[in-house]
Parts: sequence; structure tokens; C-alpha cells
Amino acid sequence: MNAAFAKLRLYWPLTKSLQTALLLSTGLAGYMSARCPVLHWYDLLGLGLSLFMAIAGSTILNMWYDRDIDSVMNRTHHRPLADGRVSPNDALRLGLVLSALGVGSAGLMDPLYGLIVLAGLFFDVVVYTLWLKRRTCWSILWGGISGGMPILAGRAFGLGTVDGIGVLLALAVLFWIPTHILTFSMRYQDDYSAAGIPTFPSTYGLPVTRAAIAVSSVVAALCISAAGVLIGVEWGFVRLLAVLSAGLLLMAIASTFRPSERVNFGLFKYASVYMLSAMILLSI
Amino acid sequence: MRMTALARILLLITSLLAAYQIAIGIDGLGTLPIIAYTLTFGILLVAGLLLIILGLDVLDSPIVVIASTVIPLSLSLGLVWEHCSAYRIPYLIFVIIGFLAVLTTRLLPLRSKLPVMVVAIVHGIAGLTIFVLPILLSITGQARPAFSLVGVGGALIGVAGLLLALLKAGRPLLSRETILKVLPGLLLLMTSAFVAGFALG
Repeated sequence: MNAAFAKLRLYWPLTKSLQTALLLSTGLAGYMSARCPVLHWYDLLGLGLSLFMAIAGSTILNMWYDRDIDSVMNRTHHRPLADGRVSPNDALRLGLVLSALGVGSAGLMDPLYGLIVLAGLFFDVVVYTLWLKRRTCWSILWGGISGGMPILAGRAFGLGTVDGIGVLLALAVLFWIPTHILTFSMRYQDDYSAAGIPTFPSTYGLPVTRAAIAVSSVVAALCISAAGVLIGVEWGFVRLLAVLSAGLLLMAIASTFRPSERVNFGLFKYASVYMLSAMILLSI
Repeated sequence: MRMTALARILLLITSLLAAYQIAIGIDGLGTLPIIAYTLTFGILLVAGLLLIILGLDVLDSPIVVIASTVIPLSLSLGLVWEHCSAYRIPYLIFVIIGFLAVLTTRLLPLRSKLPVMVVAIVHGIAGLTIFVLPILLSITGQARPAFSLVGVGGALIGVAGLLLALLKAGRPLLSRETILKVLPGLLLLMTSAFVAGFALG
């Protein structure tokens, strides 16, 4: 038992649990936005498990492929793969098995849902990680598209089809992701440079990056608010969403015009709180 | 100054109470009171989150004075609009002029005592309105007794505003550390009093 726990503790960081949980919450919110108030626990459980396996699997595959980058970055050199505590072959096997189980179970539950989950995995692992991440800073666009897939998949599973609101929700996540990733790449700019990864700050400079963050925050907030109204979320929750969006815009503006390390990382954290809150509000 | 876990919890509860008030607590009111109360509790919500994320040093930002002016102005406007229909327009004009005056005197590089005086007058009138009006309405039977809790919240907001204003003016009543230590608790008490007053009143 102790050995199993020790192994779990060793492999768990490979899933980037907070990031996986946030993406999983978007998938569940997408489903609940379509099915509330009529929810079936077995569907919700199946959705949660299949999405968790697919997201965790693709994250492990990312980490497996990027272990050389992780080992030279201060922020990530202590990760289990980068410091050699987990062997690359074990991580690859685990990533492939989880991905296959996630996509497979999703496809069995509903072919359209499975297809969208597969698309998310493909965009994340093949297009973003294997192809573009080391070549261009615009790779985050594809990372953003794959990040938008769980919410689209969840809603498509609830409805049985892809609708405009689902696309709007996916766009909201797509435009939220630059706020999340670019603030991070500004904070750890030296790390990324040392690893030779092109980022927005290293390619276009900090002012352009800050402007990009502000614009993407505005678009993300507009998309989420519009989706909330179209879904028919109660007006009280729309008000709350508007207030939280205003906070996001305030932080983005502060980061653009009064930039500092603290405000920048504050925006990064607020963006995570914002997305989680928005997902909860869309699910109620 | 490093924030304690207790302070974070108090601020989180404050934010959740403010979120509840925005989403549920003000349903069914007129358009202007809803906008006014959404502003009040929206600022409390976002301020609570930012304090948790950025720490108490964020209170040194110049925007704090403006944000802390909007809270009593918008709350008092909502109260007056709901309960004193004869004074709606004059009070709305006062709120707009008061806000613009605070904004202008904060943005212009003035060396006189004018900015502090403007803040004191605007805060004073709005704070007294929040403190006196709910209690008066409760005493005269126009509202339930519990509505006077909004007045208690008004008194607490006055205390918090006074402590911060005097600190910023360089004449603190209490040390900076003490003020920052009691502020999360004060914010929670104030928000709880508002939420309870609106819910039970």
C-alpha cells in the first residue's frame, strides 16, 4: 500500500494537477451548461473520468517530450522526469495508456464527443508540443485551441451536437489562455531563453506582450459573458460574471500601463480564479 | 507585510458574501439600485480577491482612494433611490459631482489640503447617509428592525475609511501594522452586516 502511494506521489506531478483540474472543470461546465438542471450522474462521472485521462495523458506526453527543456529551466528542473526520478519510458507508457483510455472511453460514450477529445489531444501533443513549441511563439495559439476542446467536448456531449455557444465557450478559453501563458512566460523569461523556447516577450518585447494580454483578456471576458447570456444564465450570475470580468480587465490594464512583477503575476493568478469562477457560474 | 492564513480566509469569506449579494441578494430591485449595489459589492468582491492575490501592500495604490469612494457613494445612492424618492435626483447629482471631484483632485498634482477635504466631505455625507437612513427607516417602521444592520455596516465602513484615510494622510490613529491586521476582519464584519441587513430587513 505504501509503495503504491509512493508511486502515486511520484507520478502525480506529471499530470500538472492544477492545470488538469482547471481544464477538467471547463469540460464539466460545458456539459452542465447544456444539461442543467437534468444531469445524469453516470454521464457526469464518465465525462469526468474520460476527460481526466485524456487531459492527464496529453500532459504527461508533453512532459515526456519536453524533459530536456525542463531540465535546463530553474522552474522545472525538479520535475520527476527532468531530474530522473521517473524513467522516460515509464512516463511515455503511462501517457499513451491514459490518452488511449481517455479518447477510447470518450468515443464509446459518444462518437462526436470522442472525436473532439481526440482533436484536443492531437492539437496539444502533435501540433503544439511536437511541431510548433520550439519553432514559434505563436504555438500558444494551438495550445489555446486544444485548451478550448474540453469545454466544447463537454457541451457537445450534453447536446449531441456542436452549437454556436459551444464554439463561443471554446473561444473564451482560447483567448483566456494567452492571459495565463503570457504572464507566465514574462515571469520566467530567462528560463525560456535558456531553454531556447521562443516566447512572445523574447520575440516581440514586453510592451507588445502586455498589450496582447490586455486584448485577449477583453475578448475572453466578452466571449464568456456573451455565452452566459445566450445559455440563459440567471441575471444575477451574469452580473457576477460582469464584475469578475471587470476585475480581469482592471488587472490587464494595470499590467499594461503600470507594469510590475507583482501585478503581472497577480494577473496570472486572477485569470485562474476568474476562469474557475466563470465555469462554476455557467454550470449553476 | 505578509498576510496570515486567517486574513486570507476572512477576505475569502468577504468575497463570497459580496458575490452572493450581487448574484442573489439584490434581485427584484429597480434598475438603478441594482447597478449601484452591484458596484458596491463588486468592488468589495474584486478588492477581496486582489488583497488575497497581491497582499495588503496593494492598499498603497492610488486607485484605492477612488475605489473606496465608490463603495459608500454607490451604496448610499442605492439606499436613497429605494427609500427616499423625493431626493433621488439631487442625491444622484451629488454622487456624480462628488465622484468627479474626488477623481479630479486625485489626478491633478495639487499641493493644498483640497484633495483631503473633498474626500472627507464626500465620504462624510455618503457615510452618514448609509449609517443614519437604515436606522431611521427601521425606527419609523418603514423597514424591518434588521435593516438597521445596513447602518451598522455603514458605521464600520466609516471606521475602515477613516483609518485608511488618516494613514494615507500621514496622521494614523493606529500603526500601519495594526490597521492592516484588523482590516480583513473589519471588511468581513462590514460586508456581513450589509448582506444580513438586506436579507433580513
